[in-house]
Amino acid sequence: MTALILAEHDNKRLRSSTLNVVGAAGRLGGEVHVLVAGGGCADVARQAAQVAGVNKVLLADAPHLAEELAECVAEQVVALAKRYSHVLAPATSFGKDVLPRAAARHDCALVSDIVAIDSPDTFARPIYAGNAIATVRCAEPIKFVTVRPTAFEPAAAQGGSAAVESVPAAPDPGVSQFVSRESAKLDRPELQGARIVVSGGRGLGSADNFKLLEKLADRLNAALGASRAAVDAGYAPNDWQVGQTGKIVAPQLYLAIGISGAIQHLAGMKDSKVIVAINKDPDAPIFQIADYGLVADLFEALPQLLKELGN
Amino acid sequence: MKILVAVKRVVDFNVKVHVKSDGSGVDIANVKMSMNPFDEIAVEEAVRLREAGKATEVIVVSCGPTQCQETLRTALAIGADRAILVQTDEELQPLAVAKILKAIFDREKPGLTILGKQAIDDDSNQTGQMLAALAGVGQATFASKLALADGSAQVTREVDGGLTTVAVKLPAVVTTDLRLNEPRYVTLPNIMKAKKKPLETITPQALGVDARARLQTLRTAEPAQRKAGIRVPDVATLVQKLRNEAKVID
Repeated sequence: MTALILAEHDNKRLRSSTLNVVGAAGRLGGEVHVLVAGGGCADVARQAAQVAGVNKVLLADAPHLAEELAECVAEQVVALAKRYSHVLAPATSFGKDVLPRAAARHDCALVSDIVAIDSPDTFARPIYAGNAIATVRCAEPIKFVTVRPTAFEPAAAQGGSAAVESVPAAPDPGVSQFVSRESAKLDRPELQGARIVVSGGRGLGSADNFKLLEKLADRLNAALGASRAAVDAGYAPNDWQVGQTGKIVAPQLYLAIGISGAIQHLAGMKDSKVIVAINKDPDAPIFQIADYGLVADLFEALPQLLKELGN
Repeated sequence: MKILVAVKRVVDFNVKVHVKSDGSGVDIANVKMSMNPFDEIAVEEAVRLREAGKATEVIVVSCGPTQCQETLRTALAIGADRAILVQTDEELQPLAVAKILKAIFDREKPGLTILGKQAIDDDSNQTGQMLAALAGVGQATFASKLALADGSAQVTREVDGGLTTVAVKLPAVVTTDLRLNEPRYVTLPNIMKAKKKPLETITPQALGVDARARLQTLRTAEPAQRKAGIRVPDVATLVQKLRNEAKVID
């Protein structure tokens, strides 16, 4: 039994999500190989070789693999998958894009976004945005699985000494081309990877008032989020939306400010480690899941909060 | 050019689902069902492309029980031209749905196929990618912007940490993210009109597709519940608790 992990990287650095998948693969009990597919990505292969628990690194280096195009990367996985019992990737936008394509090419089902491994063929995964956990058995000859990074401890980035083996690059299917990339502004952490998220709801009352949250987010080095009600009201952009139809987050600290706590919002943030709710309505449902609830007018509480935090 | 759109009937996003006490699944008897929100965005995008003269016909397809007809009628009311129900009462998993859609794809030969990026019930996020693989065409997942030109689709995709833009040759498969558009409200006259639009029913068997489930769900459980928290009297106490008790801020 050997697992192949599709590494996520930017051709220079291995992304930390890969370490979590290596951590998960350790639970399977077999050997762990890592596929680094990219363009000019030999450094990444060297980094992957140092990850604790990795037995071998496969390096597929070609220009058409440089931009994470699903068609090209999936083809590379397809070329190698037959030798493996498991093929794993992080359940990130990259892994979710590539792995189902590779699985279908092998006529195999895929288990998405697992949060626990019961045995080499049995996995737990959230459904209904985390409102239920399904335990699923996969009897496919190759088990294709995407792994929710936050659910598994990362493997140590150092301590391994795997060999790096070059493998031939699979041909470019020639159906897609990379055009451009626009990275999110780096002045604030990304919503899904942030340690702290400050989220606002309809209680903010206007787009201008959302700027009050920006100060707090800056002070805490937090990402900004919003409830669907706030997005629908035009107070915040759609990509800030946390909830069942928006982004699912699980930060160390989630501050829900002026958010009543509709079901669909709770589904997107209830796995956060610590939840704080500030709302003037003492009966708001958000208080039922908040670790710390403060019944207060947010326009009074926010300035006080900034003052207490020393700003 | 035809556009094929796949729509799924799911538990409405406002419903809080409950796990059955015997762990055999989620109780969806007598709960409100709606079109998967991402699929609604897919239908809207297809209809806008036809309205802009970029497509000639929008075909919607749904796979599942008879009640999926309601979902298809909603898609027709948004503006799709005709509907196909691939009817089965069996559990359908993403690979099976992708195979069914591939059979429809071969029959209809759409230039563009649009799906929601994931269904909000099983949260799989697989079907579009699998369909693209089976059809041997390009894919652009998590689309927040779509433009058609010269036999290709230029698609801006929402990825972790930003946006990336790709050009995929047509025919292609696109899956929608939330920012692609805001679906229109369906008006009563359009609901009436939708009742008269053609809706064909076919089975997976008639399409020659083996739609058997590959994954076996052993049990379904409630997630670990959060323990009840506390109320703090003021901001100073809150900050003190976050610093010294929860240790999540400096």
